Amino acid sequence: MSKRSTTVYWTGFSIILALLIVAPLVLPEFWRRFVTEILIWGLLAMSSDILIGYTGMVSFGHSAFFGLGMYGAAAALLMVKPPNLWLAILYGLIGSAAVALFVAYFSTRLRDIYFAITTLIFSQIFYVIIFTWTEVTGGENGLSFRRPPLAIPGLFSVPFSSETLHWFVLAVVTASYLILRRITQSPFGMVLQSIRENEARTRAIGYAVERYKMVAVMLSGLFAGLAGVLYAIQNRFAAPDFVYFLVSGETVIFNVIGGIGTLVGPIVGAGFFLLLREAFSRFFTEYYLIPVGVIFIAMVIFMPQGLLGFMRRWLNQ
Amino acid sequence: MGIEDFLAAIPWEKIIIQTVNGIVTGMILALIASGLTLIFGIMDVVNFAHGELFMLGAYIGVVVMATSGSFWLALVIATLVIALLGAALQITTLRPLLGRDPLTTILATFGLSLVLQNYALWQFGPVARKIQEPFTGYFTLFYLEYPWYRLLIAALSAGIIGAFWLFLKYGKYGVWIRATTQDRVMAQAMGIPVPWVHTGAFAIGAGMAAASGVLFGPLVGVNHAMGVDWILKAFIVVVVGGMGSLGGSIAASIFISLLEAYASIWVSPAQAVIVSFVVLILTLLFRPTGLFVPTPK
Repeated sequence: MSKRSTTVYWTGFSIILALLIVAPLVLPEFWRRFVTEILIWGLLAMSSDILIGYTGMVSFGHSAFFGLGMYGAAAALLMVKPPNLWLAILYGLIGSAAVALFVAYFSTRLRDIYFAITTLIFSQIFYVIIFTWTEVTGGENGLSFRRPPLAIPGLFSVPFSSETLHWFVLAVVTASYLILRRITQSPFGMVLQSIRENEARTRAIGYAVERYKMVAVMLSGLFAGLAGVLYAIQNRFAAPDFVYFLVSGETVIFNVIGGIGTLVGPIVGAGFFLLLREAFSRFFTEYYLIPVGVIFIAMVIFMPQGLLGFMRRWLNQ
Repeated sequence: MGIEDFLAAIPWEKIIIQTVNGIVTGMILALIASGLTLIFGIMDVVNFAHGELFMLGAYIGVVVMATSGSFWLALVIATLVIALLGAALQITTLRPLLGRDPLTTILATFGLSLVLQNYALWQFGPVARKIQEPFTGYFTLFYLEYPWYRLLIAALSAGIIGAFWLFLKYGKYGVWIRATTQDRVMAQAMGIPVPWVHTGAFAIGAGMAAASGVLFGPLVGVNHAMGVDWILKAFIVVVVGGMGSLGGSIAASIFISLLEAYASIWVSPAQAVIVSFVVLILTLLFRPTGLFVPTPK
């Protein structure tokens, strides 16, 4: 990567970051919330990009990681008094890591379509368990709780306003992006990409492909769980709807619309999808998925690279 | 406690009733899954929209029933209309994807399923509709009045699957389908119009899904979300049965439906689904190529 290209990349990164930092100060309440939500869904989509874009495994089960992140956060916020933000994140990550371990162990035995189907079915297992285990999970109604304050123990503790929540989410998403970017450029990330390009050859060179895949699924699950925790904190509830496989499907849609294998593409895809939903639900009310679905199919056929696919190489430098 | 006490503790009557129930749902599932397997086997397409075709078939059944009053007419018209719809969908969405990564077809059919499901919600509303069963006879099965219609479903599904099997085995176009499944390029070289065989196979699969939708309609209400439950079950079946294997999916359909039926003697039907998940996990662990197919060399 040339020096000039690096400068352009980081300048672009800083400008977009600065815009997102200023956003809550200038936007009205509705759009402020909207941008925060895009960031959270973007983080979920970005986590799934590790599998779809970099390892070549399409996961239809990310709702399980996301949902367990939500329920993990809910458990921490309901059981521990007073509610603690960092404990919520910790519990959410533990929840999603446990699920990810389970899913990774079984589903990485299969590839391509079989992987997609088994992850889908595994996420449904967790959906059924959460949906029917009413005493613990609240069943269909889910759990609601109070939002924890933004606190660093011993330093300060302030309740979240919509601005500070946005900044907190932005900080987490930016950090996750930088970490994931670093991971995809590390030797580990290179092995994942070589699995995507040619699994048999990667194995022949001597890499334990299954182990790499498992780690990739778990990593992806952890970040998806983090997105779930953020969503739980933003909305103050955990509901089984978010474990349902439609959420996984939407995650895949974000990836395809935005451009897989770019990390930022999925965030852009999430933003584009949510904007489309917003625009179409004014005319089609709850049937907005009809036009959005048609656009999605058209993009799969005519624009498989997605919105940002043309700059994939540049973004990964 | 002797062996007799143990035998006496087994609820034989419930088990026999649930065996019948399991076979009935198993045959419906087999009808859906064999279409799914056919489509997968011939063109590597995992048809996410299959459940939606099942659901739309049931709705068309409702509409035709309401206008004509004849169940059999509804069955035939729904099958034909959905087969045509399937052909149209295949030509517009799947044909351009031929030769690309099979994963893109999952994405495209997932998009289709969203569109079709929401279209049904928009067109027919959220309230479940009912299809009147063609006749309402009962026979006594222990303490239950068991409807004859349920047995008829099982027989009809078996009939459709049997006819389909004969068609594949002896029909000219059936041979085309099998040839294309085996080797697409070779089939093309022998003069078989492969793209049209794909379209035809998709239409047949769609028609079978629609037929099972109409058959199943009288048992529960028809609503826009009914396809989702069935597509998930059908996915489990095709993985457990061995993907692309027709016989395997039929055996797996009945096997899993029976297990779920037995499980629901003790737990609620919503939790009985977990049994099929367990079967899936065990299959993946010990026989990832499928339970009901010969061991690959």
